[in-house]
Amino acid sequence: MSVDKATVAKIASLARIRMDDAELDRMVPELNNILGWVEQLGEVDVAGVEPMTAVIPNTLRLREDVVDADPLTGGGKRDAVLANAPAAEHGFFGVPKVIE
Amino acid sequence: MTDLTNLGVAAIRDGVAKGDFTAREVAEGFNANVAAAQDALNAFIVATPEKALEAAEKVDADRAAGKPLGKMAGVPIGMKDLFATRGVQTTAASHILDGFTPEYESTVSQKLWDAGAGMLGKLNLDQFAMGSSNETSYFGNVVSPWRKQGSNAALAPGGSSGGSSAAVAARLAPAATGTDTGGSIRQPAAFTGITGIKPTYGRCSRWGIVAFASSLDQAGLMARDVRDCAIMLEAMAGFDPKDATSLDLPVPEWEAGLSADMKGKRVGIPREYRMDGMDEDVARSWDEGIAWMKDAGAEIVEISLPHTKYALPAYYIIAPAEASSNLARYDGVRYGLRDLPDGAGLQDMYAATRAAGFGDEVKRRILIGTYVLSAGFYDAYYTQAQKVRTLISQDFKNAFASCDVILAPTTPTASFPLGDKLDDPLAMYLNDVFSVPASLAGLPAMSVPGGLNGDGLPLGLQIIGNAFDEQGVLNAGLAIEQRAQFTAKPERWW
Repeated sequence: MSVDKATVAKIASLARIRMDDAELDRMVPELNNILGWVEQLGEVDVAGVEPMTAVIPNTLRLREDVVDADPLTGGGKRDAVLANAPAAEHGFFGVPKVIE
Repeated sequence: MTDLTNLGVAAIRDGVAKGDFTAREVAEGFNANVAAAQDALNAFIVATPEKALEAAEKVDADRAAGKPLGKMAGVPIGMKDLFATRGVQTTAASHILDGFTPEYESTVSQKLWDAGAGMLGKLNLDQFAMGSSNETSYFGNVVSPWRKQGSNAALAPGGSSGGSSAAVAARLAPAATGTDTGGSIRQPAAFTGITGIKPTYGRCSRWGIVAFASSLDQAGLMARDVRDCAIMLEAMAGFDPKDATSLDLPVPEWEAGLSADMKGKRVGIPREYRMDGMDEDVARSWDEGIAWMKDAGAEIVEISLPHTKYALPAYYIIAPAEASSNLARYDGVRYGLRDLPDGAGLQDMYAATRAAGFGDEVKRRILIGTYVLSAGFYDAYYTQAQKVRTLISQDFKNAFASCDVILAPTTPTASFPLGDKLDDPLAMYLNDVFSVPASLAGLPAMSVPGGLNGDGLPLGLQIIGNAFDEQGVLNAGLAIEQRAQFTAKPERWW
């Protein structure tokens, strides 16, 4: 499978990365090179093979149902959470107006 | 007095404990080396000499007070700038996180500080750990301290932990943290003549490490020898309830368990790694490694890892897919860069911020990842790659039925000049051909120096172990180290 410029523009839009025409033109052959190369995976007989989702067998744990059991990841951290925000206002993340 | 910056982790720890020198003297020595090399090597994004001194003074005071000292007491280290460090800028070498100052400390770095280590600074890397030559950093290339005989051309220190490898090789730090997603510790260690280990997936907490591909990312380190690796890995590893994939297992005493005696051990040689047109020096180095293993008492057995050739293409679907999802968090809202063009709405702000904040390689991988996860292509690409990953993991399981560790080259060639592979992403990816399979299978693996090639550049030998068998990997590494007698180091030109 290969991608054309319209497809790359669509992917870029899905990924929320603005790209101008020149960038798209550059990206098309680069992506096609990579996609052409990964195509060889199609040769592998995977009948009956389960896709791997966890590399080391592990069970998911439940933490104790306690508020602020771990102070590092507990609540009450509004100012710390906002400390690196490019536009924090009145204790919230500020974003441009959303009018659809 | 001897130059303290020639000492490794064990020698510094022991010397400080005995009182041969103070931790402060050690920190001052490395701080000076860091400052002197910065313009030429660009190994650090931020130097933190005051942090190194502060930690050293605490160790000296504890010693004077007769308090017990930690495993890394008095050892200053470099911290890859992928680990969140409280109050110190953490960028992942990207523009989008430029100036991001975490309010918290990663588990691994906190464990190291608790063990008495101090921070020399935040090390440069490939942007979001995506690269094999440290040429994708927003903060400029790292230059290897090594040069080819008779040439002044700037060489790649490897990637993505290129700042780590350059710093340890150039004696700017006795050890440094790294992270491995597809070879980002072993490949740079091999390129710079040092030792690097990634443990079993889950040994080191990923909490506070900037995520690239979460099913693959694993912290590890680089140092100058195997013992130093064992010491520092002990300090870094351990269960962390804040990481859902953290292994709930006790941390073995790897240093105490070191033994170079390979009697009764079987060393597997994977036939698929001997590829057509293999670099002659690399093939010779591998043969030498096999002879050293025999000399150490090991039995050599041929093994087969039949799906080896599919590891790289599977990796270049799985890793970008996970990256495209992980990097969705960089949106110009919560931290880092915001680019808000005049009159732009929310969606335009996302797209403009991400266009300005990500480098070319990161964009390329996000697009690949987005494509292979998109409706209609998901099964053909992503599910297929995950199935191939199962087969690769199964190959290793089968192999470990007939051997204890696997010996192979770390990289297909020695280091290459900066710029050489920049226009050809595929050629760059192929650098990781020998390191990616172990990453896909989550296995512990290390690179130890094997010798020099015809140009006088280091070559690494790779040891891959079964899951949880870091000890077996370290011991085989020690057996090689004792026989390789690798003492070469880059001649100081910076």
